[in-house]
Amino acid sequence: MNISSLLQYLISGLTTGSTYGLAALGFTIIFNSTGIINFAQGEFVMLGGMFSVFFMKWFGLPIAWAVLLAALATMIAGALIERLAIRPVKGASPINLVIVTIGVSIFIRGLAMLVWGKDTYALPAFSGDKPIAVLGAAMMPQSLWVLGVSLAMLAALKAFFSHTIQGKAMLACSFDRKAASLMGIGVERMVLLSFMISALIGAVGGAILAPITLTSFDVGVLLGLKGFAACILGGLGNPFGAALGGLVLGVLESLGAGYLSSAYKDAFAFILLLALLFVRPQGLFGRKSVKRV
Amino acid sequence: MKRIVLCCAVVLGLVFGLALGQSQAAEPLKIGAVLSVTGPASFLGEPEKNTLLMLEEQINAKGGVAGRKLEVIVYDDESDVNKAVLSAQKLTKKDRVAAVLGPSISGSTLGIMKFFEESQIPLISCAASEKIVNPVNKWVFNTPQLDRHAVIKILQAAKKKGVKSLAILTVSDGYGQSGRAVLQELIPAQGFTLAADEVYGPKDTDMTAQLTKIKELGPDAIICWGTNPGPAVVARNMKQLGLTTPLYMSHGVASDKFIELAGPAADGIMLPAGRLIVAGQLPDAHPQKKLLLDYAAQYQAKYKAPVSSFGGYAWDALMLVVKAVEMGKSARPEDIRDNLEKIQGFVATTGTYTYTPANHNGLDESAFVLVVIDKGGWKIID
Repeated sequence: MNISSLLQYLISGLTTGSTYGLAALGFTIIFNSTGIINFAQGEFVMLGGMFSVFFMKWFGLPIAWAVLLAALATMIAGALIERLAIRPVKGASPINLVIVTIGVSIFIRGLAMLVWGKDTYALPAFSGDKPIAVLGAAMMPQSLWVLGVSLAMLAALKAFFSHTIQGKAMLACSFDRKAASLMGIGVERMVLLSFMISALIGAVGGAILAPITLTSFDVGVLLGLKGFAACILGGLGNPFGAALGGLVLGVLESLGAGYLSSAYKDAFAFILLLALLFVRPQGLFGRKSVKRV
Repeated sequence: MKRIVLCCAVVLGLVFGLALGQSQAAEPLKIGAVLSVTGPASFLGEPEKNTLLMLEEQINAKGGVAGRKLEVIVYDDESDVNKAVLSAQKLTKKDRVAAVLGPSISGSTLGIMKFFEESQIPLISCAASEKIVNPVNKWVFNTPQLDRHAVIKILQAAKKKGVKSLAILTVSDGYGQSGRAVLQELIPAQGFTLAADEVYGPKDTDMTAQLTKIKELGPDAIICWGTNPGPAVVARNMKQLGLTTPLYMSHGVASDKFIELAGPAADGIMLPAGRLIVAGQLPDAHPQKKLLLDYAAQYQAKYKAPVSSFGGYAWDALMLVVKAVEMGKSARPEDIRDNLEKIQGFVATTGTYTYTPANHNGLDESAFVLVVIDKGGWKIID
């Protein structure tokens, strides 16, 4: 076994894995405050990337501004989704809401296709294309951006949920909506906020991923799916689990492609995921599930 | 009694009148098309539809086909085999068209072929799978170059460079699978060793794992087979890994979009391409040159979008049918079919077609030129 190859597999795995982890983070926030799984999460990632390209190419803005505006625009999109699609059916059961989010994701994808066309777009890397050599393996500077931003967002989320009143209120909503609202927490506002935050996370993810993965109107489908798998792997509702789940999934895929067969790399990762869920149904870091009514 | 006679006269008059009216303005020549205008394969179907509508306008402005107005009926199959089947049935049973063009994708073509044997109407597919024309189906033709032609073109070039061992990296969708099968067959048959046979998913965003494995095996050259955006990622990843092995791509990325996506990493990549993208560089005497430049200019002017070789497949399909109608002075489906098989040396956008009863593709590897990407542009090398 060649050590620099192994290192290369690990680096590739961590890069792809952090893309899954970023998508997975958004799932946990909405799940934590509403108990639903937002299948439009992948679309937030897509919007982040596409808006960045849009602001940069069409308005000629510098990349930092483009990414900032893209994040804002996606946050507004997240808020609109909550107001127009989720709130009107708020009494419905979680399963109905989940189906609403699937509808929303198809709608957004269609809209993006009509507005931006079906082409794939590339965003320039934030700090150059010159690979960094690490013990015979190569790494793109953009991968460091992805890893760094993911870690920063995780830390920010952690601080938000455990040290701010808003964050605590949001967690309270996920444990018991009724009790939370009796305590004077505006549940509807919290749900709105959770959609905006997860849209923001998705959008930032989409923008920093676009130089590596390229972006197009349908890039959200796969990221949503892999992100969801990462979420389940890490344990639903735990942001750290979600991020770690993404990394594990990415590394498994990369090692599978390198040492087994690239034709079966997806299957290989999902077989391990299934095996893990047989042993630990709540995921790596999940709490034992509590019945919600 | 008088009344009855009057009635009869009126009815007779009407019937004759109608019949006369019909024969005076000859019925339009109806050609159907099933194309993937929307859905995942819309990058094929959209330029194909645009091309057909543009040609319909141009042909009618010049007086139609053999004195008859041309009417192209386009149905969108939404890149879905089931919709393609419905559209094909509508065209053959309800619209009673003289010939059908398309579908855009191989799967749909294979799915609807049997209806054309039943209804005895020729189908000229814009999809490239070899299964469409081998074994030959009496009623089915296609216009794109086959994967086999592209692979032969690449292997000829590799042989000239002294390449002995090759690694292949193919996408796991229909396009990549059929390319992979041909590569697996022809690489050993032409005396090369197949050093590595790697696969990636159509939506994968990182191929460094596969490339690292290939790097360890050290082949003389790599052939990557896929459509955008995968190959652009492969090119970028190769640059990242510092892998300088010569890289050949398939004709699936022969568009400026690929250069845009791969950026500086595209430089030095070689691939077989139709002559459309390098039309300006062809010698003036080349029979395709004027035709290609005209097509590109007209398309650009009408649709404000760059022309693609996929639209060219539809151009060829329609003009081959028009040619067959004019050759035989008949628009009966069976005559069109017979005359298609007699077409020889017909210069079109993709290449020069010679159909025979045993060859319903009509092209060979000369429909390709080998190009290299040089400073963000195309350069013919062979």
